[in-house]
Amino acid sequence: MIQVDNLTKRYGPVTAIHDVSFNVDKGRIVGFLGPNGAGKSTTMKILSCFMPATGGTARVAGYDVFSQSLEVRRRIGYLPENAPLYPDLSVASYLDFVAEIKGVGRATRRGRVADVMERCFVGDMQNRLIGKLSKGYRQRVGLAQALLGDPEVLILDEPTIGLDPRQIAEIRALIRSLAGQHTVILSTHILPEVSMVCDGVIIINRGRIVAQGTESELVQQAFPSARIELRVAGAAGDVAGAVAAIPGVVGVQPRPARDGSVGLLVEAARDRDVRPDLVRLVTGRGWALQELHQVGMSLEEVFIRAVAGEQEPQETVPAAEETR
Amino acid sequence: MRWLPVFKKEMRLYFGSPVAYVVFTFFLLISGWFFSQIFLFYSDASMRSFMQPQFGQNLNVVDNVMRPLFTNMSVVLLFFIPMLTMRLFAEEKKSGTMELLLTYPVRDGEVLAGKYLAALALYLILLGLTLLYPGLVAYFTRVEWGPILSGYLGLILTGAVFLAVGVLVSSLTENQIVAGFGTFGVLLAFWVIGWGAEFAGGNLRTVLQYLSIGDHLEGFTRGLVDTKDLVYYVTGVGLALFLTLRSLESKRWRG
Repeated sequence: MIQVDNLTKRYGPVTAIHDVSFNVDKGRIVGFLGPNGAGKSTTMKILSCFMPATGGTARVAGYDVFSQSLEVRRRIGYLPENAPLYPDLSVASYLDFVAEIKGVGRATRRGRVADVMERCFVGDMQNRLIGKLSKGYRQRVGLAQALLGDPEVLILDEPTIGLDPRQIAEIRALIRSLAGQHTVILSTHILPEVSMVCDGVIIINRGRIVAQGTESELVQQAFPSARIELRVAGAAGDVAGAVAAIPGVVGVQPRPARDGSVGLLVEAARDRDVRPDLVRLVTGRGWALQELHQVGMSLEEVFIRAVAGEQEPQETVPAAEETR
Repeated sequence: MRWLPVFKKEMRLYFGSPVAYVVFTFFLLISGWFFSQIFLFYSDASMRSFMQPQFGQNLNVVDNVMRPLFTNMSVVLLFFIPMLTMRLFAEEKKSGTMELLLTYPVRDGEVLAGKYLAALALYLILLGLTLLYPGLVAYFTRVEWGPILSGYLGLILTGAVFLAVGVLVSSLTENQIVAGFGTFGVLLAFWVIGWGAEFAGGNLRTVLQYLSIGDHLEGFTRGLVDTKDLVYYVTGVGLALFLTLRSLESKRWRG
């Protein structure tokens, strides 16, 4: 549904995104993850036909965002960063304007506007001027306008920013409910949001994609082996050696001792859970088990690794300037 | 054409904020002041000529009241119209709403048409309110409606050019004050350019005279609808709107 090939965008000498390629299949929700200034918004501005790319192509619903912009724009709902709205219009009249401009017929317009207001929880403020609304309400009005016209593709730039925790949960549930009929690409820098809402993740850093896939794929890629933190007290002899002898254990690293206890970081093959074996070993030898838990398997760890790993020097601008 | 939603939105913004009311109030106050002064002067002059018929003078009410009023109103418009148009694009760019507007399924031309026609509609309402003055004159005396109508046509066309220039300047900046002053500056320049004709000779004189906005209104206030003037106004509006469209479209490929 969304097909991006070698997309590059330069603002003068600054490269905002470089050679970005990804696909989003129909009905899926993909999270665009990256630190501030990574190029998330730039990519979304290009996908929404607001801004042209310097190089590469992007297609939405089979149409090129540059040469068939109008066709693309008929099929997308876009929520820009910070939800820019008209402060001097009331919520209802603003949404009526958006519905009309998106071609929602006169007969169904009232119903559609009422529907999105309800789904985005802004119905109680419908006669209030947008300028008088709190940030959370404005954000949700922005989301409501994106949903109007029932677009196939939704491009949401930080949809939950400025919301309180309860509103965040409601909006996440709303976005989640769009999966299947709608294709959604949303950007965020809140990691748990991706786990909760998205089917797939694209991690972008300094304008380049550093990882993409489903959350479990990314975790497996980043951590080919499971890591278990083990701490025992009252141990005599070679604890590390005994642990290393357990089948499935591929590595043992010592951790600093604490009050006479022995700490180990055990790396084990993913296809085999060695924790029961560890417990049996410890109890069998009569040691006291203080701690046993699996670590570093979250998306957060993946993200930090992916982003921190990209410490290469600033890329030089190629001599051949490709412009379209 | 999907210009109607944008048109309606702009009208809501004009009337939902104090803009329309402030412009209406002050325009009517100032033009009303002009009207009453001109009218008092005229009645004084007609009184005097009644007493001293030997100073026979032209006392046509349209020539003596409506013509100066049209000229005065066109000068006032020079100050007021930039305030009607300055926000049209500049505000949307500044507040970021342009980003949403340009990603809706409308052509740039439709956005422009909606905005321009909304400003024009507001202006027509404003002119409509000033019909009170010829109405008052007609109440007191008999008038020829022909030159009054052609005078209004002239004002409509002058306003249409002013508005088109205002829309163009607004599309070039994201600062409303720059848009307002820029428009005023351009209009004023086209207003005073004709003054240079006096000391210029030959072709330059003709060109300067033709470019001057005020000179083209002159004929209309006398009841003279000249093709030359019509062409001037239509070309002015067309050129300004064409350039606006180019400036909007450039966003799409320049970024």
